[in-house]
Amino acid sequence: MPMDDEQLWAAVAEPGRRRVLDALVALGEATPTALAREVPFTRQAVSKHLAVLLEAGVVSQRRDGREVRYTVHPDRLEAAARAMAAAAARWDARLQAIKRLAEDEHRSQRP
Amino acid sequence: MSGSIEKSVHIEAPVELVWRLVTEPEQVVRWFADEIDLQARPGHEGSMTFQPESGAAVHVPISVESVEPPRRFTYRWSHPAGTPASPANSTLVEFTLTPEDGGTRLRVVETGHDGLGWPQDQQDAFADDHNEGWSRHLGRLEALVTSRSADAAL
Repeated sequence: MPMDDEQLWAAVAEPGRRRVLDALVALGEATPTALAREVPFTRQAVSKHLAVLLEAGVVSQRRDGREVRYTVHPDRLEAAARAMAAAAARWDARLQAIKRLAEDEHRSQRP
Repeated sequence: MSGSIEKSVHIEAPVELVWRLVTEPEQVVRWFADEIDLQARPGHEGSMTFQPESGAAVHVPISVESVEPPRRFTYRWSHPAGTPASPANSTLVEFTLTPEDGGTRLRVVETGHDGLGWPQDQQDAFADDHNEGWSRHLGRLEALVTSRSADAAL
């Protein structure tokens, strides 16, 4: 499934997957088994998170004998962080708009 | 950095007034979408329409989950049209309103999709002997049961 950058952040912004991603960034390159030692999830759960990150293009995999090793794709991770910052900025703008509307209305209701 | 987007603002207005701005369609179009089909009732399937400066309008499905006036309002959105919203295919938006210094603290948290298909996950829950795995899956199950009873209530 191709993902545009607009939706890319949503693959990263899930608390469990975020922990897996952070652990992978710290380790550099790792197998699901090694990652499972760093996070409070089973190896199966780690593998599922990795599959979602792989689909989003945020990580890549390579086979090493009988093991599969994962690494972070810095370009895509950066794109995900940018998209997340843009989504956060949109929420900031919306909250500011609500604040203006609410405060104007509240002031106009006062005697 | 957390795994979600979190933003909040202090507003010099009472919680009830802010609640109306966040949940009433005729108010929401003033700060969010250009058009909106929204009812603040659990299980409501609506949409938001955004009209860019040029080009075609963008329709975004929205599925209301929790409505707890005047404190908490949550919905899922951005799932494919015609497909039920789930943690696998949509992001969760949660508004919380808390009285603060005579006004309101309005907080919004948007959490990304988990990308994992629920049925497969549900199967795995029963094969998973990990405590963390269990609590996670039970949380999901609770959400599913809640959404089912919400559907039944319609």
